[in-house]
Amino acid sequence: MSTLFLGLGFVVLVGAFFNTQVIKNKQYVMQSEENRLRPIPLPAPRGIIYDRHGEVIAENLPAYSVSITAPSVDSLRSSLALLAPTLQLAQSDINLAIRRYRRAPTRPTVILPDASIDIVSVLEEHRLDFPRLIIQSVPKRYYPDGPIVASFVGYTGEISESELNDPKYANYKPGQQIGKGGLEKQYESILHGKEGVRFDEVDARGRPVRGEGPRPDLDAEGAPPLYTNIDLDLQRFTSAIFADSLQGGAIAIDPNTGEVLALYSAPSWDPNKFTGGIPVDYYKQLLEDKRRPLVNKTIQGRYPPGSTFKLATSVIALRDGLVGLKEHMPVSCSGGYQFGNRYFRCWDKRGHGSLDLEGAIKHSCDVYFYQLGLKVGLTKLIAGGINLNMRDRTSIDLPEENPPIWPSGRDYYDRKYGPRGWSNAETLNLAIGQGANSQTVANMARFYTALAMQGQQARPEIAHLVPQRKQLYNLTQQQDSVLLEGLKAVLEAGGTAGASAIAGLTLAGKTGTAQNTGGEDHGWFVGFAPADKPKIVVAVLLEFGLHGSRAAHIASAIIGHYLKVGPIQAIMDEG
Amino acid sequence: MMSRPIVADYKLLAAAGILSVFGIAMVYSAGQTDTPTAVAGLYKSQALWLLIGLGFAYAVGHSSVRFIEWMTTPLYALSVFLLGLTLVIGKGAGTAASTKSWLAIGSHRIGQPSEIAKVTVVLMLAKVLANQREAPKSLLDLWKPALVVGIPWMIIMLQPDLGTGIVFIGIFFAMLYWSGVSWPLLVLIASPAISLILSFSVGLWGAWFFILLALVLWYRPYLIEGIVLMVLNVATGVVAPMMWEKLAPYQQNRLKTFLDPTADVRGSGYHVIQSKVAIGSGGLFGQGFTLGTQKRLAFLPEQHTDFIFSVVGEELGFIGVTVALGLFLWLFLRITQIAERANDSYSSLVAFGLMSGWFVHVLVNVGMTLNLMPITGIPLPFFSYGGSFMLASWLAIGVLMRISGEGRGSALSLYR
Repeated sequence: MSTLFLGLGFVVLVGAFFNTQVIKNKQYVMQSEENRLRPIPLPAPRGIIYDRHGEVIAENLPAYSVSITAPSVDSLRSSLALLAPTLQLAQSDINLAIRRYRRAPTRPTVILPDASIDIVSVLEEHRLDFPRLIIQSVPKRYYPDGPIVASFVGYTGEISESELNDPKYANYKPGQQIGKGGLEKQYESILHGKEGVRFDEVDARGRPVRGEGPRPDLDAEGAPPLYTNIDLDLQRFTSAIFADSLQGGAIAIDPNTGEVLALYSAPSWDPNKFTGGIPVDYYKQLLEDKRRPLVNKTIQGRYPPGSTFKLATSVIALRDGLVGLKEHMPVSCSGGYQFGNRYFRCWDKRGHGSLDLEGAIKHSCDVYFYQLGLKVGLTKLIAGGINLNMRDRTSIDLPEENPPIWPSGRDYYDRKYGPRGWSNAETLNLAIGQGANSQTVANMARFYTALAMQGQQARPEIAHLVPQRKQLYNLTQQQDSVLLEGLKAVLEAGGTAGASAIAGLTLAGKTGTAQNTGGEDHGWFVGFAPADKPKIVVAVLLEFGLHGSRAAHIASAIIGHYLKVGPIQAIMDEG
Repeated sequence: MMSRPIVADYKLLAAAGILSVFGIAMVYSAGQTDTPTAVAGLYKSQALWLLIGLGFAYAVGHSSVRFIEWMTTPLYALSVFLLGLTLVIGKGAGTAASTKSWLAIGSHRIGQPSEIAKVTVVLMLAKVLANQREAPKSLLDLWKPALVVGIPWMIIMLQPDLGTGIVFIGIFFAMLYWSGVSWPLLVLIASPAISLILSFSVGLWGAWFFILLALVLWYRPYLIEGIVLMVLNVATGVVAPMMWEKLAPYQQNRLKTFLDPTADVRGSGYHVIQSKVAIGSGGLFGQGFTLGTQKRLAFLPEQHTDFIFSVVGEELGFIGVTVALGLFLWLFLRITQIAERANDSYSSLVAFGLMSGWFVHVLVNVGMTLNLMPITGIPLPFFSYGGSFMLASWLAIGVLMRISGEGRGSALSLYR
């Protein structure tokens, strides 16, 4: 009886051990490994960004990050309190680290994403005092040209709380670096490498016990490089022209392909200072700068296109056959145009006399275009503008681009002013690029690629992917050549940008003045060269540039530099 | 006081000897951690305790059963006195720092009298039961044995040391059974405790109460006994849970902690979880002697005392566990044989009592490592580090050697 009882007891025990050790073995082996193996993420280097000639726009430099593992928030707090004097941690750094920990308590919590070599060497000396501390060599983003390329390359930084909640970043972890703007953000999925992992063996208190990995490391996989169409030399030149005194935006596009050769917004900012956390005082300085360096004036800023838009009015009128090539308007220009009870002035109060289309483009005669607008009519003008993508983004591969402003139809005015609150005078404003019309520099450049290529426009593209081209409009060869001759005449003697001509190179383009209620007018120039076989379209907007001739001068310098023609003629500002 | 020489029971010696060497090897392994602790050198002291224990066993083996029986009452009295002393000058240790199971002078701990009492209570109980002409037939007949176990048991529960208390109850029932107390009576004695265990479910307790009623009607104890039993069952099965429910959680915790200070110090069963992980990750063949990672990296708590069997599981696998448990079974079967072949009822009862005490230890300790039993801080015989228990165990082996040797024809010759 007692033997049976003994035997039964042992059979039950052996059975229980068989169940635990043999049947459920895998589950417990896993738990045991989870106990002792601490995964240390190995950040992957981001893809290097090159310009069209293989020059480096963005690369990675070695840096050190300091992170810590902690079993609880309280433990993290006390560790940070101990480390604060050595690491020169501010309260905000500590709060940030605690937020990171709460997000992912099992990952090492980043304390300093980019620690100085001084701090690292002090920490290395006291390594034994802080067994949970992890000092890692990590790749750090660096832009050799700094502010010169900021307008299109953007910057990188630690993934934010709101980004972590975004399903787009579902696989991202706190403390990781991501693209925050420009190409870095646009091509994040390409530029972001694959994080690796190293396994440290730790004891029950989380102290590492063995150096060599008990499980093989998974190496970080660097991202492939990103090749862009940017011509870094031209980009530098563009940036240099604006220097510190001028503000505005410029874009240079190869109209044959849509390749963006240069894109700059002045004044710029230093993306290298943004990497690894934006310094508060630097950010404040940028925010408080009246020149608004954080607004990209090429793809975000919207300005009335002024006279540069007259080519759009011309294309709409020509396409619909509403104007003959040699046709003169009923009223010749004597410095203004009487419409109802209002007198609309021409920019040149001396008057231009009677002009045909080519002459009107050359002299940018407002009176001609008032009447051309009236000929087209508001409904057709608005529809024509929509048709020429004046309401659409260029779809340039930058995440920050703003859509231009252009009315959706007549009801736009009904909504804005009430059905009886406006008159046909809006037609006159729209026809000369004023009124409910604000365009980005990039979008005007996009439109001028079509002017340069007989109606075939190219989508501006910075990264070298697949060029997208489409026929924006169809005109007859004669119509095309009249527009071209008009644009060429602008840069000839007597044209509005005659002073920006370059010897030995035929330029074509149009100046513009964007009326600015808040201050001095903005100056525009959009043009291309060589006029008969265009290789480059340049759009320049100079904030407070008064009139387009100064913008034209900058544009012709950019063109001359790119086509290696010059030196350009001496500057002679016109009235 | 030397008496006639006996033929040594080599099987008994071999089983206990192999278990002890196995145990010391495991204590050695328990000390092999990546961050060295004081445990690293404890296998040496454990070996020393084994040698001293062997000496004790040798000495006892050369005395006689009659001498042991003669010494029983004074030894029992001495151990009860020492136990009582712990309540006055007792100290705690390890996870049970708040208790008083250690006898200490100043800060120097000498030993745990409860370990010695496990042996002397068996001896005393055997003496009392052997002196009765016939097996106890009623509850009233049991007052003497109940007193023999009850006094030290009360002191131990005051220390408090729930684990040792459970061992005493196990010994008590096993020896009553061996002395010929009938099954129904044993069930009747145990019924209040069974009621308490079943009290969590009204249905189960109700069913048990009817079985008990039938048993009482069939066994026909004295009327007063029957009434007392039923009242006790109602008290433990119905009133106790109701009172428990009325207690505030902190009061419940206090009571739990009072009954068992070692239980769940870090909360949420950390000890047992880590122990199961260690055992489960051992697999069929184990991670290798001294190489268990749960132990090496200090995830396994109390790896040289309460949870030493988890080290066996982690490092030697299911094979090692089966071998260790097989050795215990071999030892216990051998002792049962000794008890069956003993010359007199005192010897037989002593043998069976000692065996049942160890059996409860193995069942509760090993079961605890797999979460089959509550954590009560009860050591594994011959394995867990601890001088008092090693000494007491080998003292008991000595007694068993003597009983075996004096047994008719001696066990050895029977097996030839």
